[in-house]
Amino acid sequence: MSQLGLARLQFGITTIYHFFFAPVTIGMAVLLAILESMYVATGNEEYKALTKFWGKLFLINFTVGVVTGILQEFQFGLDWANYSRFVGDIFGAPLAIEALAAFFLESTFIGIWQFGWEQVSKKVHLIAIWMVALGTTLSGFWILTANSFMQEPVGYMLVHGKAEMNSFGDLLTNPQLWVEFPHTITAAYLTASVFMLAISAYQILHKRNPELFKKTFKLAAVAVLITGVAVAAIGDQQATHLVTAQPMKMAAAEAIWHNTSDHAPWTVIGVVDSKTHQIKDAVQVPDMLSILAYKRLSGSLQGINTLQAQDVSKYGAGNYVPPVAPTFYAFRVMILMGVLMVLAGLWATIRIKGEKFLKNPRMLKLLIWTLPMPYIANAAGWIMTEVGRQPWVVYGLLSTAKGVSPAQTVPALDIWTSLVLFSAIYTALAVAAVFLFKKYTDLGATPARAPVEGEGDGYLHVI
Amino acid sequence: MNLNILWFILIGVLFVGYFFLEGFDYGVGMIYQFLGHSDTERRVALNAIGPTWGANEVWLITAGGAIFAAFPQWYASLFSGFYLALVLMLLGLIARGVALEYRSRHDKPGWRRVWDWALTIGSFIPALLWGVAVANLVRGVPINGQMNFTGNLLTLLNPYALWSGLTMVIIFIAHGAYFLNMKTGGMMSYRAKQLVKPMGYIGTFMVLVLLVWSSTLNDLRLGAVPAAVGLIALILIASAVLAEGRNRARTAFFMHGIGIASLTVSFFVALFPRVMISSLNPHWSLTIYNAASNEYTLHVMTIVALTMVPIVLAYQIWTYWIFRRRVGTKTPMEY
Ligand code: HDD
Ligand code: HEM
Ligand code: HEM
Repeated sequence: MSQLGLARLQFGITTIYHFFFAPVTIGMAVLLAILESMYVATGNEEYKALTKFWGKLFLINFTVGVVTGILQEFQFGLDWANYSRFVGDIFGAPLAIEALAAFFLESTFIGIWQFGWEQVSKKVHLIAIWMVALGTTLSGFWILTANSFMQEPVGYMLVHGKAEMNSFGDLLTNPQLWVEFPHTITAAYLTASVFMLAISAYQILHKRNPELFKKTFKLAAVAVLITGVAVAAIGDQQATHLVTAQPMKMAAAEAIWHNTSDHAPWTVIGVVDSKTHQIKDAVQVPDMLSILAYKRLSGSLQGINTLQAQDVSKYGAGNYVPPVAPTFYAFRVMILMGVLMVLAGLWATIRIKGEKFLKNPRMLKLLIWTLPMPYIANAAGWIMTEVGRQPWVVYGLLSTAKGVSPAQTVPALDIWTSLVLFSAIYTALAVAAVFLFKKYTDLGATPARAPVEGEGDGYLHVI
Repeated sequence: MNLNILWFILIGVLFVGYFFLEGFDYGVGMIYQFLGHSDTERRVALNAIGPTWGANEVWLITAGGAIFAAFPQWYASLFSGFYLALVLMLLGLIARGVALEYRSRHDKPGWRRVWDWALTIGSFIPALLWGVAVANLVRGVPINGQMNFTGNLLTLLNPYALWSGLTMVIIFIAHGAYFLNMKTGGMMSYRAKQLVKPMGYIGTFMVLVLLVWSSTLNDLRLGAVPAAVGLIALILIASAVLAEGRNRARTAFFMHGIGIASLTVSFFVALFPRVMISSLNPHWSLTIYNAASNEYTLHVMTIVALTMVPIVLAYQIWTYWIFRRRVGTKTPMEY
């Protein structure tokens, strides 16, 4: 594989891996804060036990989020030195602000929260988890400010072949940011809600303190429904924005090579044939694409071929078509997962009344199967966003090929080495994390105090 | 003073904070399993750093972000140039972070042993490699006219840099011992105290050699200020041992910490106004001017930093205050 290909693979793997953990952290922090608020408000010990139970899973997840994040912070320098030189002036700013304004907040207060149950007052402890929630959401905001610049460069000027910032305000009001941030953050809340719903269902199914877990089941069911609908609604806005902001990505996501008719149909699913520029065995809904793109019954979209010709006249000779099939399929996978999760949330919410879900093992079993869905949707979303932007790394400004580190400084062999090492350690981490998730899930929420080996001093315990 | 200088100082401050704070975390990570003879004792050591190590590490992340924002050329040249070293360091940091959190979550001895070693090695590698990296920054590395590094991993592993790396390891071990002596009770504190003296003396010797060696390098010998600051570092590191001998655990810890800070400062002063020295041609060195972002970015970032840093410091100090008591086997701390 070429040095560029390796660098891309490296980035894709490590970033998607980081994003398996980051959304659970973001969403679970809020859910924990809600649970602990209920505890502080009602004094009901059950909520404390629940906070602690979900808190354990949260911490196991958080840790992997943090350590994989450290890699992210340095990764632009490792494989993407030319990219860093080109955009550092703009891109570094949100990254540094993220560290100052968000990472310090979350990591300091998580320490107080984790170790402080018996060291600070109930109120301070509660404030700590809300601060963590604030910090994680802020961190999402700042990194997405950076990413939005790559999708839609604003607030810059080109000086000596480099992008330099000339308006910080423009970066913060980037229209792309204001669809991307809400979508990604609600997706994160959805991810954690599904996580909570599926595991609550699992606990109830296995009769592990169902009286306790029915509480988080209800909370999560409603949360899945609300956030699921929100994700889909904002996603729709995003697609509309895409039509004007990155028409090529949209055309690829729909696999349309030729301009559509005025009443564009939407392809639900089909087999993309990039050679003949067709979708085979397509299942289509008439007019639907026009509705999605323009929120009215008519309106045609430009096809890949037209856009390619336009781009050539704009940027010079070259191939401006992203890999169509991955973009097309990723988009559909994301939407399918979204729809399924909304349905699951709806179903669970309806069954809250009279607590019918408690006596419905079929339903509980099915709900457990929602667990992988948000993970798949998140990965698919990023694949669509990032692959669909190719060949650009900064849309319209810098091609991915020009962003990579010079081969003399970073030869392919070095990237191979790091790729193998990171993959190995990430696999080991995944095994350890899943093992601990399972262990703590099975331990359940009744405070199970396993004393550490040696003295039974009653204080240094694993909970 | 212009903004470029201000940002150079700020990044220096971030590294000082990082080495001071993570220095003892790394030190604890390297020694706790040897000082702790039972599992409970080991856990006491980990509880002493448990609530704060995460935020300590953010000093490094912020330093990385600040370099990117203020001196993107430095960020690009440094991390692509020191590629394999950085990859190793990241592997260490990953292993260590997970070990701290996962180690005690399962009580099979095999599980704990694996994570104990992950933590020890994962603390050793970054300590060593930061020493190596800083030394190479001041010693100079092959950087061409396009600001790109043209050497390889072996270029970095020269005797001077390795000496610097080992020095860092030793003074971090000492720092960790001072910390455990001050912060824990019982046998852990006692054994940490036993370690302080030998480590303190070896550390003093290594720093002395490092400073002398540094003064023979290219143009560094001209630097009276870095030499003076380096001397202060040496005196503090040496006298910390004496303070410890008089049972002033807290004084000793802070003296040693400020010694580490001074050492860091002396290297930054020696670098100034360069950020990476080219060994091929002095004109190809990266400086705080040719590596910097434009005025506007520096201006925005200055406003952000000057508002955020005091807030961050305030709540970080507050956490240390919350967890100010000595940690013993009876301290109620879950994890
Ligand atoms: C929308 C959310 C989101 C996205 C797109 C990213 N991250 Fe992330 N990151 C988080 C959300 C997050 C988080 C929720 O704040 C984490 C996850 C787990 C955690 O502890 O904090 C985190 C942790 C985390 C850390 C460790 C922080 C600490 O020590 O406390 C770093 C350095 C980064 N991230 C850096 C990055 C970079 C450079 C990214 C871009 C390539 C990136 N993250 C994508
Ligand atoms: C969590 C957030 C992100 C995820 C999940 C993500 C996902 C991906 C994926 C899947 C790829 C592979 C695409 C391909 O190789 O065709 C990729 C590539 C890339 N992304 Fe992102 N990305 C994220 C954020 C960012 C950010 C913030 C940046 C800022 C620089 C970025 C820069 C890049 C670069 C430089 C590449 C390599 C070029 C390429 O192959 O596209 N990504 N990303
Ligand atoms: C159900 C209908 C959904 C629609 C119509 C939708 C739409 C979109 C669109 C158009 C993009 C690309 C934006 C761009 O490239 O600028 C996107 C990206 C993304 N989607 Fe979705 N999405 C949906 C559901 C979901 C779900 C359920 C999740 C996860 C739980 C999710 C997670 C993501 C992520 C992480 C990204 C990448 C970040 C971004 O660009 O916002 N999406 N989505």
